[in-house]
Amino acid sequence: MKGAQPEHRLAVLLPYRPVPTRMSVRIGPLAAAILGFCAIMAASTAWAQTGPAVLSPLQVIVKWSPLLLRGFAFNILISLLAMLLGTIAGLGLGLGLLSEFRPLAAVSWLLTQFFRNAPWLVLLFFVMFLVPFQVTLFKTTIPLPDWIKATVGFALPVMANVAEVVRGAVRSIPSTQWEAAESLSFTRRQTMWLIMLPQCIKRMLPPWMNVYALVAMSTVLASIVGVSEMLTLTAQVHAAEGGRPELFAPLYGFALLCFFLYCYPINLWTARLERRFRIR
Amino acid sequence: MHEIGDWFQRLYETTGLNFSVFYDAYDWDRYFGGLKMTLLLSVTTILLSLIIGAVGALLQGSPSMLLRLPVNAFVVVFRNTPPLVQIFFFYFGLGTMLPAVEAAGMRVPLLSNVQWAIISLSLFAGAFNVEIFRSGIEAVPRTTLEAAEALGYTRLKAYVHIVLPLAIRVCLPALNNNLVNLLKTTTLAYAIAVPETLYAVKQIWSESQNVFEMMVVLLATYGILVGVLVWLMHRWERAMRIPGYAR
Repeated sequence: MKGAQPEHRLAVLLPYRPVPTRMSVRIGPLAAAILGFCAIMAASTAWAQTGPAVLSPLQVIVKWSPLLLRGFAFNILISLLAMLLGTIAGLGLGLGLLSEFRPLAAVSWLLTQFFRNAPWLVLLFFVMFLVPFQVTLFKTTIPLPDWIKATVGFALPVMANVAEVVRGAVRSIPSTQWEAAESLSFTRRQTMWLIMLPQCIKRMLPPWMNVYALVAMSTVLASIVGVSEMLTLTAQVHAAEGGRPELFAPLYGFALLCFFLYCYPINLWTARLERRFRIR
Repeated sequence: MHEIGDWFQRLYETTGLNFSVFYDAYDWDRYFGGLKMTLLLSVTTILLSLIIGAVGALLQGSPSMLLRLPVNAFVVVFRNTPPLVQIFFFYFGLGTMLPAVEAAGMRVPLLSNVQWAIISLSLFAGAFNVEIFRSGIEAVPRTTLEAAEALGYTRLKAYVHIVLPLAIRVCLPALNNNLVNLLKTTTLAYAIAVPETLYAVKQIWSESQNVFEMMVVLLATYGILVGVLVWLMHRWERAMRIPGYAR
């Protein structure tokens, strides 16, 4: 049945290029900042006349921005640490996926699928509830504060995603290179570390940065499990300002703006790298 | 059904593994209710996000700058901000600004938390779908569109009958990825107390003190849900395959 089909391809469609990160929009980061600022200004003017005793939403944000920005910095710290941990573990897992030793490859595949398909929030709960708050190693007790546990919780899905990135990159290198390395009597490990991985770094960079942007946006999940990062602080600031309902939108808008200003440039840069690496 | 319950009861008595959902009717009802809510969230958000994606991609390809700009801004903003903050912004920020309505003698918000969760999750996933559909549309050659024009199709008709069917076929793998992601993101509705699976399971484990067992049930549930979605999408992909067009 299959063999009977004609070999020629119908010119129905052009090759599909998944360009999820390509930005067709010409809004620069600066223009976006100004836009966001104007939006908050506009939102705040509606309450500007309510009297001198009540702070307008903009004044509230300005007043609390040092605290909120410190919370945002904490988010970034968590994301960087999770990325570091996840990349190291993911490299190991990715090499496991590519291993010629079948059981190791099977176990790595299972781990990758498990951590990629479980929701991030569920994995976070998993780590938060099932890892003890302190570990005793050689009679010294090491406390594990909740933000470290959260970092580990984020590192798990990162690990699985990075493993897939590594596998994809190594698979994308022509197999003739493996043969050439073999004929030059490189061992498998040498081929991997001296020939394959150095070439892969360039290919891995854009998807790796995509994963990073995802982690940076996911760190707010830590507020659900009680880590005092930006979103927790935002809720506390709102309560401290008397819990006025009209403050919700500007405060969460400010959080949106912070993340947007952080993630959008990363995304733009990723898209640029992708475009540059495609043309060879 | 009784045998299963008895088996899990015995498992608890002999090993201490307390899978209370499988023998306790009350816990089962809560878990099942959560599962139904997750399914409701997933199905409605998937459908809505597909519509948003298709309409957004159509508007993005329109010649009018006035139509293109809002769509582009929407895509960029929703792709680059955390979905959880979006949900909070919608539910707390916009939800409190809307007028309350009178229902059964009580003042209730115009939109409930479930509705807000559906709206914000659909917008979040829809922003990704716009980009996915757009790259699918770009894979349709100009000549095909010109042929349609020559046959007297209007822009909208050509989009609905020619471009979109072709585009969907090419972008299915990417769409697949995004929809799986959306299914996983429905857990965020937990944060605004939508009683979906994670919420129900959390209630069960805080009352029955069986965190580990419920965690296993929870991970298995999402594993199965994702598995079913992937299977369905693969079937759809096979059914939509263009004969003779091998990629």
